[in-house]
Amino acid sequence: MIHSLFLINCSGDIFLEKHWKSVVSQSVCDYFFEAQEKAIDVENVPPVISTPHHYLISIYRDKIFFVSVIQTEVPPLFVIEFLHRVADTFQDYFGECSETAIKDNVVIVYELLEEMLDNGFPLATESNILKELIKPPTILRSVVNSITGSSNVGDTLPTGQLSNIPWRRAGVKYTNNEAYFDVIEEIDAIIDKSGSTVFKLPHCSVVGVAFVYLMRFLLPLCHYLQNPRLLDDVSFHPCIRFKRWESERVLSFIPPDGNFRLISYRVSSQNLVAIPVYVKHMISFKENSSSGRFDVTIGPKQNMGKTVEGVVMTVHMPKAVLNMNLTATQGSYIFDPVTKVLTWDVGKITPQKLPNLKGIVNLQSGAPKPEENPSLNIQFKIQQLAISGLKVNRLDMYGEKYKPFKGVKYITKAGKFQVRT
Amino acid sequence: NGNFFPPVLCRHDDLKEMLDSNKDSLKLEAMKRIVAMIARGKNASDLFPAVVKNVACKNIEVKKLVYVYLVRYAEEQQDLALLSISTFQRGLKDPNQLIRASALRVLSSIRVPIIVPIMMLAIKEAASDMSPYVRKTAAHAIPKLYSLDSDQKDQLIEVIEKLLADKTTLVAGSVVMAFEEVCPERIDLIHKNYRKLCNLLIDVEEWGQVVIINMLTRYARTQFLSPNQNESLLEESAEKAFYGSEEEDTKDAKAEAASLAKRKPYVMDPDHRLLLRNTKPLLQSRNAAVVMAVAQLYFHLAPKAEVGVIAKALVRLLRSHSEVQYVVLQNVATMSIKRRGMFEPYLKSFYIRSTDPTQIKILKLEVLTNLANETNISTILREFQTYIRSMDKDFVAATIQAIGRCATNIGKVRDTCLNGLVQLLSNRDELVVAESVVVIKKLLQMQPAQHSEIIKHMAKLTDNIQVPMARASILWLIGEYCEHVPKIAPDVLRKMAKSFTNEEDIVKLQVINLAAKLYLTNSKQSKLLTQYVLNLAKYDQNYDIRDRARFIRQLIVPTEKSGALNKYAKKLFLAQKPAPILESSFKDRDHFQLGSLSHLLNAKAVGYQELPDWPDEAPDPSVRNVEVPEWTKCTSREKRKEKVEKPFYSDSEGESGPTESADS
Repeated sequence: MIHSLFLINCSGDIFLEKHWKSVVSQSVCDYFFEAQEKAIDVENVPPVISTPHHYLISIYRDKIFFVSVIQTEVPPLFVIEFLHRVADTFQDYFGECSETAIKDNVVIVYELLEEMLDNGFPLATESNILKELIKPPTILRSVVNSITGSSNVGDTLPTGQLSNIPWRRAGVKYTNNEAYFDVIEEIDAIIDKSGSTVFKLPHCSVVGVAFVYLMRFLLPLCHYLQNPRLLDDVSFHPCIRFKRWESERVLSFIPPDGNFRLISYRVSSQNLVAIPVYVKHMISFKENSSSGRFDVTIGPKQNMGKTVEGVVMTVHMPKAVLNMNLTATQGSYIFDPVTKVLTWDVGKITPQKLPNLKGIVNLQSGAPKPEENPSLNIQFKIQQLAISGLKVNRLDMYGEKYKPFKGVKYITKAGKFQVRT
Repeated sequence: NGNFFPPVLCRHDDLKEMLDSNKDSLKLEAMKRIVAMIARGKNASDLFPAVVKNVACKNIEVKKLVYVYLVRYAEEQQDLALLSISTFQRGLKDPNQLIRASALRVLSSIRVPIIVPIMMLAIKEAASDMSPYVRKTAAHAIPKLYSLDSDQKDQLIEVIEKLLADKTTLVAGSVVMAFEEVCPERIDLIHKNYRKLCNLLIDVEEWGQVVIINMLTRYARTQFLSPNQNESLLEESAEKAFYGSEEEDTKDAKAEAASLAKRKPYVMDPDHRLLLRNTKPLLQSRNAAVVMAVAQLYFHLAPKAEVGVIAKALVRLLRSHSEVQYVVLQNVATMSIKRRGMFEPYLKSFYIRSTDPTQIKILKLEVLTNLANETNISTILREFQTYIRSMDKDFVAATIQAIGRCATNIGKVRDTCLNGLVQLLSNRDELVVAESVVVIKKLLQMQPAQHSEIIKHMAKLTDNIQVPMARASILWLIGEYCEHVPKIAPDVLRKMAKSFTNEEDIVKLQVINLAAKLYLTNSKQSKLLTQYVLNLAKYDQNYDIRDRARFIRQLIVPTEKSGALNKYAKKLFLAQKPAPILESSFKDRDHFQLGSLSHLLNAKAVGYQELPDWPDEAPDPSVRNVEVPEWTKCTSREKRKEKVEKPFYSDSEGESGPTESADS
């Protein structure tokens, strides 16, 4: 399946290579560089490239290209999903998935890659198993190791791999059991312009993720959701028992150890979700004049009861824009004249005084009037609210009498939230 | 920690010394540096003798790093690599299952042909090991040995057959993978294990699930009957009825009903149903590859009415990484041609954001175009209007093409689209204008008579527009419909004759075409111009153009030598030409198994297994019966919970008291 892997940074240096079968020369990456040059933008490099003797399947994560070499038919998503899993593992081990982190920990990286694939076929991809095999680096350990010469490799051989619940180590015991749930919901929306200030809502969906972290449970759990019917489409961590979900809408599982994503869900589009913010905008460029007007106000929609905070607006201005002279009633703005990106960090919205950003846009003299008004990308955050109305109702634990400690935190965020102007 | 490398040569002696020392810490340090060198693609092969000595080292990390080194260089240093073999042979007999497994893993990764018999023996032994983990490792070793020596195929198939019968989830994925690499054509080996694989599927690890599902898709295509055989006729008539009148529709329906009644009713094989039922929950997997695998299984195997369930899951994947989106959209594009209704409810999920990468935008556009029908076309066109104003010009060009396709497919909106495109002709961006010209040309071919105004408008554009493709399209249009614009056409030719030498090749060819057509229809005004153009072309640098000029001169200018064809010149040049069909580039891609690399590339990849057509007669279903009754009946679920190590994950709710015991 996966023959080799090359890690390439943005300046085109191959800084790591790993082969699971015979060695493939680095020169195979030339095809990749060619495609990269053609694509201009990093995000437009085609994920699958066909070369005379190999196929290259690549992902781009955190300024690194993970380029895998394939020789025979394989589902491309299989490889892409695996490469992302590799990147996730690096992130998990080193706190960041960067070139420096990988170079600094090259031996651990190599040991990880060796364990994750056997002959190009995934072997151990669960972080729990990997962590038993290869310990993640910590400052203390690296100091101790360099003095005593002890190793990063676990000396107990992993047992999780042997069971059919590979996400969990065997024999973990805790004195107290605690569970924390983070319910994070994101609102995706494209808001069309219709008239000048009236909003129409062509598309909006809420996507949610329940993260569980610091799970100290050794025992099976049942996790009851209030109004689970809201959920239109769900994907699960393999630990969830599907049958019980199907019949009773109860999440029942033996949790892995540590943080993990329990379920991801989508709320059906039939349940219309209130958009928590509105944007009034006036962006115009005059014909035959080298300036334009820019006026944006963001406000909270009524009846939310919670504060909208962490509001940031980013706008990709047209190429002809030279600079912008704006005044913000709240927060600060930056316009980058090279990338033409305007970022306005608003912060918290108080309904009494709506944040407004207003001023003049200067265009290149002589340049024609831009045809397109830019789209506004909005980010925001609302604490203690799950906009879909989903709630964790009850948590049951098998095999213990006492009540476990549980904590639930809700956050609603903007996902891909775009306002067309 | 291996960040800093002075010149390699002088340092190697150092490393050798460290490897020879008694201290594990020094050895470890040396091995770490060596591995770092390998990681950066530097050559460390001359250290082989020094490293291989440490293969039996007690320190587990040193040992692991030695393995890494060994596997990397054994191929180049075959003789020396043999020194390490005995260590692994000893490991194979170790009482600890994990050591046995790891010994087999490394041994089978050493690509040295001379040890093939040893490997074969080791694999055979491991295949009947007590530990499922060792058996799994044996399954992994099979393709390794096969790639080293394909003569071992027959013996390896025996091992595969044995491991296929294994009842643990741990082994299932790995052995099917070996099956796919070594003997995908031996579908007969699957019969007895089919039901077991279906039942184990949900508990197999995710990567194994993908491989098993893909294999079972192929298997099902050879063993079961098409669930849509009755509907294939229906489908055709439905397509026809779409644009047809209602009367026809009802007639068709009656005929349909009659023909259906005659046929033998289709009953789905229970095993076919089993597969569909047991894969469905996996649409909820967190792993995009698993979801895609199930989606393709449903697309290729499920009755039409049931395929719809996959749409939701695929739409969910669109929220994932952009590479995942790219692959999923390609597959959705193919599916949406055959089964448009499935994705219609999710139309808005394919709306494009200005922040999407261009390659994603273009794929979404493709899907939107495929989904367009009479009811939603106005919404889609309104959406397209937004896209046309985008700053991303490649995307705008693709949108114009998409509008053209909607206009050809849906007659109702043809005029609206055409008007919209004509407006784009006054766009400031030349690429936009050029693309519009090309699309308008195609649309005009459908009904040229009504549109002489547009043709006149386009004739004016020749003064400004520089994009060769667009110029060529305009010239072709004027030539083809010169009778609709009798005053303008000769003037255009005059202008083009002037600039002929500076034109691109495709434009030159169309100038010659225009000249020839005008000569035939309006020789009074254009005779001299035509001759001038042909003379210029005669001495052109490009031989295609010289060739074309000579050919046309012979054809249209009557001489005593010119033969019978001359009489028909007008018919040849001004024949009615069929309007081009604008269709998706994803049409008919579904003959490749969806989700495969071959489908994505639209070309057969190495090792691609053709998806067979449904058989006309169902092969004997009893081949799947197994003597041991456990897996055969529906009650196998009840039995299964005794088998599965973790009662918590079995279907029964009654059993409590979960055990944490791993299988060891």
